[in-house]
Amino acid sequence: MRWIWIDKFKEFETGKRAVAIKNVTLAEEHLHDHFPGFPVMPECLMIEAMAQTAGILVGEAKKFQEKVILAKIKKAVFFDFVKPGDTIELEANIESIAPEAASISGKITRDGKIIAEIDLMFSHIDQNLAGIEFPEENFVFGSETSVFKTLLQDILLKSSKKTEAN
Amino acid sequence: MAMSRDDIFTKVQEVLVDALAVDDDEVSYESTLMGDLGAESIDFLDIVFRLEKAFGIKIPREELFPAESLMNDAELVHNGKLTDKGIKLLREKMPHTDLTDFEKNPDINKMSDLFTVNAIVNYIENKIS
Repeated sequence: MRWIWIDKFKEFETGKRAVAIKNVTLAEEHLHDHFPGFPVMPECLMIEAMAQTAGILVGEAKKFQEKVILAKIKKAVFFDFVKPGDTIELEANIESIAPEAASISGKITRDGKIIAEIDLMFSHIDQNLAGIEFPEENFVFGSETSVFKTLLQDILLKSSKKTEAN
Repeated sequence: MAMSRDDIFTKVQEVLVDALAVDDDEVSYESTLMGDLGAESIDFLDIVFRLEKAFGIKIPREELFPAESLMNDAELVHNGKLTDKGIKLLREKMPHTDLTDFEKNPDINKMSDLFTVNAIVNYIENKIS
């Protein structure tokens, strides 16, 4: 079971960009403490949402064969609070992708207004072993974590239909 | 018109300031990437990606940071030190660098000190000329 922190993909262009949404709700218990009487989405969890959006984009680019790990937060700047009831839109663009790693730039918006700019780097860890051994099975995108693929099913089906129609 | 060494340095400096969150006056020709500027493994890739964009060139990672790719091979690195096979390969890949001191204690953390800002500037200068 994986902890999924985005609700749906709205757009998905293989190897290029992805747009996902996350609905923020007061049913999320951490908001009761962050902060009492003033619930706002923790900024680290906005980074997590972007990491999932971008991580799936990077994983799909290599057909989920690589173990894609968040390796570096290059930039994280926040411009506004996100509150319960908000729907945030997460857009990730692949800037560079190599056999060993990928670099993405991301932005979070709410109703078109900028909330955050988050740039990340992901490592394909099998290509960056540094003498460390990782399990054979793909613990990022393997069968145990197929919920990631479920998240993608609809949007990929939609885009393949679009390609056929053209 | 070809870029001067100082022009190249200025751009490389910008890249390193952004990639490693250092001040521009910390970046000199002599600075070592890991020792002085605190770069970690993933930063090398970040730097390569940023240099490619800044100079509009394609950089095979092996070329710019050969030692870095050695570090990622279990056969060549054992317990944080380069194996004999690793040292041999490093000699082949860095024919113009004096490795005498390094070979006495082939700690991979020291290996990265072989990489300086000057080495990047040399590489770029050669690449775009």
